[in-house]
Amino acid sequence: MLREIRPAIVLLLVLTAITGLAYPLAMTAIAGAIFPAQAQGSLIERDGKVVGSALIGQEFKDDKYFHGRLSATLAPDPNDSTKAVSAPYNAANSGGSNLGPTSKALADRLKEDVDKLKAENPNAAVPVDLVTTSASGLDPDISPEAAQFQVPRVAKARSISEDQLRQLVASNTQGRLLGLLGEPRVNVLALNLALDRASAK
Amino acid sequence: MTVIGWLQIILFCVIVVALAKPLGWYMTRVFNGERTFLSPVLRPIEAGIYWFSGVDERREQHWLTYTVSMLLFHVGGFLIIYGVMRLQAVLPFNPAGQSAVAEDLSFNTAISFITNTNWQNYGGESTISYLVQMVGLTHQNFLSAATGIALAVALIRGFSRASMRTVGNFWVDVTRTTLYVLLPICVVYTLFLVSQGIPQTLGDYVEATTLEGAKQTIAVGPVASQVAIKMLGTNGGGFFNANAAHPFENPTALSNFVQMLSIFTLGAALTNVFGRMVGNQSQGWAILAVMGVLFIAGVAITYWAEANGTSTLHALGLAGGNMEGKEVRFGIVASSLFAVITTAASCGAVNAMHDSFTALGGMIPLINIELGEIVVGGVGAGMYGMLLFVILAIFVAGLMVGRTPEYVGKKIEAREVKMAMLAILVLPLMILGWTAVGVVYPAAVASMANAGPHGFTEVLYAFTSATGNNGSAFAGLTGNTLFYNITLASAMFVGRFFMIIPAMAIAGSLAAKKSIPPSAGTFPTTGGLFVGLVVGVILIIGGLTFFPALALGPIVEHLAMNAGQVF
Repeated sequence: MLREIRPAIVLLLVLTAITGLAYPLAMTAIAGAIFPAQAQGSLIERDGKVVGSALIGQEFKDDKYFHGRLSATLAPDPNDSTKAVSAPYNAANSGGSNLGPTSKALADRLKEDVDKLKAENPNAAVPVDLVTTSASGLDPDISPEAAQFQVPRVAKARSISEDQLRQLVASNTQGRLLGLLGEPRVNVLALNLALDRASAK
Repeated sequence: MTVIGWLQIILFCVIVVALAKPLGWYMTRVFNGERTFLSPVLRPIEAGIYWFSGVDERREQHWLTYTVSMLLFHVGGFLIIYGVMRLQAVLPFNPAGQSAVAEDLSFNTAISFITNTNWQNYGGESTISYLVQMVGLTHQNFLSAATGIALAVALIRGFSRASMRTVGNFWVDVTRTTLYVLLPICVVYTLFLVSQGIPQTLGDYVEATTLEGAKQTIAVGPVASQVAIKMLGTNGGGFFNANAAHPFENPTALSNFVQMLSIFTLGAALTNVFGRMVGNQSQGWAILAVMGVLFIAGVAITYWAEANGTSTLHALGLAGGNMEGKEVRFGIVASSLFAVITTAASCGAVNAMHDSFTALGGMIPLINIELGEIVVGGVGAGMYGMLLFVILAIFVAGLMVGRTPEYVGKKIEAREVKMAMLAILVLPLMILGWTAVGVVYPAAVASMANAGPHGFTEVLYAFTSATGNNGSAFAGLTGNTLFYNITLASAMFVGRFFMIIPAMAIAGSLAAKKSIPPSAGTFPTTGGLFVGLVVGVILIIGGLTFFPALALGPIVEHLAMNAGQVF
């Protein structure tokens, strides 16, 4: 048994150096050279300033923007670091609500949000993804139905025609990969950037 | 449920089965020490490693020496993880300025990674530095996976050899698995993941100013290289807190599909390795068929339950299924499929929050782990777990006809059956024992996030996941407390090593036996009858053991939900 001690130490250190240092560092160098934009986090710049990542959702509250999904992410309470407070789309602390199917807190929250959205647009069914929190709290997408649902509000806030907005939503809708994998979706940040460009014209 | 949803599920199954044979062929050559197409590059490195670390690759080990080597290797792995976590504040690659991780959390995380569990009491982006992600977590993702595969191969050798005292050399098996199987796949896989949008950088967290003028700090890091091995090695510990639900860990429908495949491929291929090593590939396909039956049943139930939604959603007229805690790019089907895959294997990565699943949708992941994660299972761990159930099934069949049972030419006798039972009894001991403590001990009760039966399920799921070395969670439960850090670590440790030691004892005892040629009285272990028998034994053992606990949790919650009750 004693002769197993040397490999237990040396082999472990060698394999740690290979898999824990050489591999990730080499991959960082290679990936950075082949896919520089993705490796840095698919960042989007406007007027020379980073406005976010194409893959990470951000909070939209203004009527003139399309809104993303609800986010349950938290941040440490500035007054008491042992507690956490709600901080939607905190991209440095991802997470979901973890409310279960029979949770009263979830039922109350859903009812409140459904009522609010019904008041905003009484003519369409409320899409489920607009009143549920995402798993990461950073979901960049909404369903095409959820984008269409918000068209009347955004059109009013921006004084543009609903038809023009519906076209914009359609052109920002991604379908399933090969018609099979994933779900149709609209990237909210990309849509809102396109919206700002269209309004600036 | 939709047609397009089922087509995605079928496509997934077809590709897993199609990959099993070529990968099984390649892996068999690796474990037998034969030349492969990578040998010209890797063989010199391999030989250098043996020379440097004093390993004689031709010297084989007795099962006990093999097991002790594995344990020594893990003591070192534990010390490395614990050390870098405690010292991360003064070590390099820490751009976010993370401070030292607390003793109990470091202890829990170190046990979690050496046991291939990767339970996340740590917060990822909010707790640990890039160095810990690489040297602590990425490295142990490789080595705990390689260990699992090595142990499975040792047990397979027990079946395939005759009248031998040794089962292989642990150091050689671990080195060859890492160099020839895991690393080459991960290099290609990492680049694919980066192309899909997963970051791979050592730079600082990004400060962005959103369109509405708010500040957003975006955590990045060497993510892709960690995610590749976390999936392939069925580890599952996330770079980020939200794991594979985080857009930076799983940005597209394609990255999601490939990640699901990579959880299953090595485990499925090991059934083919088994068939090849015992000299009849049909033996491997029969085992894969047992796994397939249990898998499809689980997927159907979870997909149905999630697509159906909850009565709370129905009452508000919300259609489209249970989207609470799910991501739009995956939707209902890819979230349900992922949940079943990750718990059938011992991966534990999640792309949706299991805590927010419907009662029945969340019960299937729980059952998958409680059955011992033998549906493909963790790399290696699934294979040796499944072989334990096969031994019991063969024993039951032998009792029915009053003959000493045989499996692939080996007589299954009292010692093997005792060891198999010992290993399988570890699951209820840790899961039910600790859950009972967790629901009465006041400091533990305070950790529950949901009230009513769902709170009980959170505790049950935590100990199930830890004992099964899965690592997924009903994440509402506050696990980062002294009670849970210690108890979950004990469940992970016992769940891993007290399963391995009896399995290795079986390997040693089988290898020493003579091989008997099949006769007219031998029970055929390649047909439908055998598949049905093994499925039956798995369900009866799992059902009898865990049904009472499930009745108190998800089953009663489902009935309460249908009655419109909330807690």
